[in-house]
Amino acid sequence: MTAPAASAPAAAAAPAAPALAGRRIDWIPLALVVALAAAALPLTGSGPTWLTLTVAGLAMGMMIFIMASGLTLVFGLMDVMNFAHGAFITVGAYAAASILIALKGSMQEASVAANLAAMVPAALAAIALAGALGWFFERVVIRPVYGDHLKQILVTMGGLIVCEQLIHVVWGPDIIPLPRPASFTGAITLGDAAIERYRLLAVAVGLAVFAGMWLVLNRTRLGLLIRAGVENTEMVESLGYRIRRLFVGVFVAGSGLAGLGGVMWAMYQESVNAQMGMQVMVVIFIVIIIGGLGSVGGCFVGALLVGLLANYTGYVAPKLALGSNILLMVLVLLWRPRGLYPVGKG
Amino acid sequence: MTEPLLALAGVHTHIGQYHILQGVDFAVPRGGLTMLLGRNGAGKTTCLRTIMGLWRASRGSVRYDGRDVTQLGTPELARLGIAYVPENMGIFAGLTVRENLVLAARERRLDDARLDWIFGFFPALRTFFSGFAGNLSGGQKQMLAIARAIVEPRALLLVDEPTKGLAPAIVASLIEAFRELKRTDTTILVVEQNFHFARSLGDSVAVMDSGRIVHAGAMAAFAADEPLQTRLLGLSLEAHQ
Repeated sequence: MTAPAASAPAAAAAPAAPALAGRRIDWIPLALVVALAAAALPLTGSGPTWLTLTVAGLAMGMMIFIMASGLTLVFGLMDVMNFAHGAFITVGAYAAASILIALKGSMQEASVAANLAAMVPAALAAIALAGALGWFFERVVIRPVYGDHLKQILVTMGGLIVCEQLIHVVWGPDIIPLPRPASFTGAITLGDAAIERYRLLAVAVGLAVFAGMWLVLNRTRLGLLIRAGVENTEMVESLGYRIRRLFVGVFVAGSGLAGLGGVMWAMYQESVNAQMGMQVMVVIFIVIIIGGLGSVGGCFVGALLVGLLANYTGYVAPKLALGSNILLMVLVLLWRPRGLYPVGKG
Repeated sequence: MTEPLLALAGVHTHIGQYHILQGVDFAVPRGGLTMLLGRNGAGKTTCLRTIMGLWRASRGSVRYDGRDVTQLGTPELARLGIAYVPENMGIFAGLTVRENLVLAARERRLDDARLDWIFGFFPALRTFFSGFAGNLSGGQKQMLAIARAIVEPRALLLVDEPTKGLAPAIVASLIEAFRELKRTDTTILVVEQNFHFARSLGDSVAVMDSGRIVHAGAMAAFAADEPLQTRLLGLSLEAHQ
């Protein structure tokens, strides 16, 4: 090849401060979260109540985000509609429950270190088992139905039902009570507001997961590949990358995160049952549609909106609570038909 | 005679129920630029996509650099040194210009000298290096798509209709860029409708019609033969400018 060493003078003379340069973050959806919280303040009637509801909403949103983030990437990367995502949530919760029950002693001690000594292995087991199930699922159930949404819906729904029944076989049909660890039981008071400790933990874990995902997606070559793959799978392959391998990795990681979300959700509800994954899937789908299919940032903002709105309406207008998420989705899609942060698919 | 870099023999491609390529035979000689011309729907894009492995040939063989690559996947073909610029440019709009280029660099870093060389004929890319690719104009996106394909040396460059929808001034700058590229030893295969572009750059030409190659030869001879152009393309290339 002729050495392209001679740099052209035209290039050197190019202006250095372009109008287009620099990343632009669309702050409007984020402002919507703040606006929703601000609008709820006068409606709730008192500051402490508002604070309690806001933290509860943020905690709920964070847990939904952890469960939903993998699904939105799976859809964005490979156009796969995976209704069995709920199974990973449930399996994660059951795996963790088995460990937490075995380590009951540690859970009952009023020491954060002792509690974490039980919770961390439980969370790791949930991530590992849900990730392994995700790997198996991708190979056996998803792979034969790439590119066919109808079949994907049918086989993944079937897979979800099979998983639920297998859970009955392994863990039994009864609801398993799952008490929260002693250190994260009860509430702390800020002025007149009571804030549950566990919800603060959920917010912290959710933020950590979001920060981790953000760093991976925006600061690593792997993240660059994932973002490019979400936009245009074919072009990523044309650049020499085996997108299928990348997809399997993202699928397993997303399943693992669903497992982690399952543990968080189970401890939030203080029980585990085989239908918990399916029950939460409706909200998860609403969140990833609101956020924009394939967008992790959109999923995060969508989950916060859903969590906050569910808590505010549950208090202010309980009759509206059931339909509030659907109403939110309708309004968002009327405003931005492809979600808060649309991701182009080439 | 040296073996061609790329050779298609009896290639058939089906897309769903449609039989698009119906026995394509042609060769792309090493070095230089080959133009693939033909009417709309003749199968030019399908031909390029079949070479790149994006659509699988149902029959026939594709040989590249002396080996049969008919059954290889797109990533493997890319790793063998084939770069592809699709008709829709395939720009990652949500990534910056720099990120688009970094992704194409399998050495994992951008070579400054090569980048300077590319910026020499595409200065706008230096200007908007940190900007989102989605904010570029159509011509700048095409420049980025080509720059991404050549950010590292590649043996074969496949380009699908690079001038489509572009203003004459941009087309002129693309012609200059391809002239610069031809000075390297990259072999280039371009699908094109713009004859001025095709005649300015093409060393050899292949013409497709109804999923087959109906003419192959030197561009100079084809450009001089108006009756042949009219017969194969439906109009003379002069009229097509």
